[in-house]
Amino acid sequence: MSTTRRDFLTSAMTAAGAAATSTLSHPEDSEHHREHQAVPSDLSLRVKSLESLLVEKGLVDRSALDALVDTYEHKVGPRNGAKVIAHAWVDPAYKSRLLADATNTIAEFGYGGKQGEHIVVVENTAKVHNLIVCTLCSCYPWSVLGLPPVWYKSAPYRSRAVIEPRGVLREFGLELAEDVEVRVWDSTAELRYLVLPERPSGTENLSEEQLAALITRDAMVGVAKVASPEMGGKP
Amino acid sequence: MNGIHDMGGMHGMGPIQFEKDEPVFHAPWEGRSFVLNLAVAAWNKWNIDARRYQIELIPPADYLRMSYYERWTERLVQLLLKSGVVTKEEIKNGRAAPGSPKATPPLTADKVHGVFGSAGPASRAAPVTPRFKVGQRVHTRNINPTGHTRLPRYARGKLGTVYLDHGVYVFPDTNAHFLGEKPQHVYSVRFAARELWGEQAAPQDSVYVDMWDDYLEPA
Repeated sequence: MSTTRRDFLTSAMTAAGAAATSTLSHPEDSEHHREHQAVPSDLSLRVKSLESLLVEKGLVDRSALDALVDTYEHKVGPRNGAKVIAHAWVDPAYKSRLLADATNTIAEFGYGGKQGEHIVVVENTAKVHNLIVCTLCSCYPWSVLGLPPVWYKSAPYRSRAVIEPRGVLREFGLELAEDVEVRVWDSTAELRYLVLPERPSGTENLSEEQLAALITRDAMVGVAKVASPEMGGKP
Repeated sequence: MNGIHDMGGMHGMGPIQFEKDEPVFHAPWEGRSFVLNLAVAAWNKWNIDARRYQIELIPPADYLRMSYYERWTERLVQLLLKSGVVTKEEIKNGRAAPGSPKATPPLTADKVHGVFGSAGPASRAAPVTPRFKVGQRVHTRNINPTGHTRLPRYARGKLGTVYLDHGVYVFPDTNAHFLGEKPQHVYSVRFAARELWGEQAAPQDSVYVDMWDDYLEPA
């Protein structure tokens, strides 16, 4: 990134009275601090005040709010998707149904509901690599992956995934061979996409549970491959 | 609208920043803002398309400066004000106006699992005939509405091929403005990366974009 741009952004943000956009490059450890702790200090108070107003007016129920936070923090997440994928790896009939009708096939695991009403599963092979993005907002398959990470919702990912997917993947540490076909899926409608990653070699003797433990959120979004167990976490 | 939210293909946004072991929420207020949005939505005073449009109305410089859940907070406040559920004065004070009526929340803790499991689908059973079939070549329309649309700028006026017919769905361009659901077919349309970005793209790469019937014309 050029110095000019960096300076421009820094001064623009200072002028705006707030630090923290996701556009500056800095070491991983400090990144989250800039993005999340440097928000205007009154935001926490503002949300508190809004909540108490809505509770007082009888528009929301506080225990329902607590239950919702608990749901999204503890009950949905990429472990759900990993179970579906691991099952597809060991059961070819399930896999064909998953590719033909993901919504109902995933529902067999009991996963459905918000942002999981209409799911399409796309399969990675040695010659095809799929990548999921939402350029317009942050559409993501909540029912199987939970809420999206910050990078997925950020301007760099949303702007670049469609125009230079290979460059984006390289930043995630994934270098694709030239002859691999990249398919980017832009979630512009109410369909939510999930990648069925390739099953890595050396996993023939693993149980479904052990397989599920290898499958990461990033692999199901398409920004990574599933690492072979003997590779020590490196694909 | 041709807003800052329509980011596909823009340059200058910098490198991807990932965080190891990222928490679901980075601060308690993020979680509270998120679930306030969900809980108030249970009143059905607005729909998901109106919610998206309200975020798009945030001025570009603010949009880029704000964190994700800050936008969600701003959006909720604006929708509450627009629908007349709360007043500016109440937002400012964080207290209900004296003598204002007290409602009964539709969403209680015991229903949270139910709500989670029975989200409102956007598909419709309406018997609408598809205008295009799988494998057909299509042209995307070149439209620039000031209202809500889900046809991204980078995919306007382009040539593609219908890859999947997803069935019938609510049309966001009218639904966001409470002008009716106008149910119609949604297709996954495949565009060669070179059709969208020219010679710089790899010849075999492609982008699949979900498109409503109204966005397409026969090629």
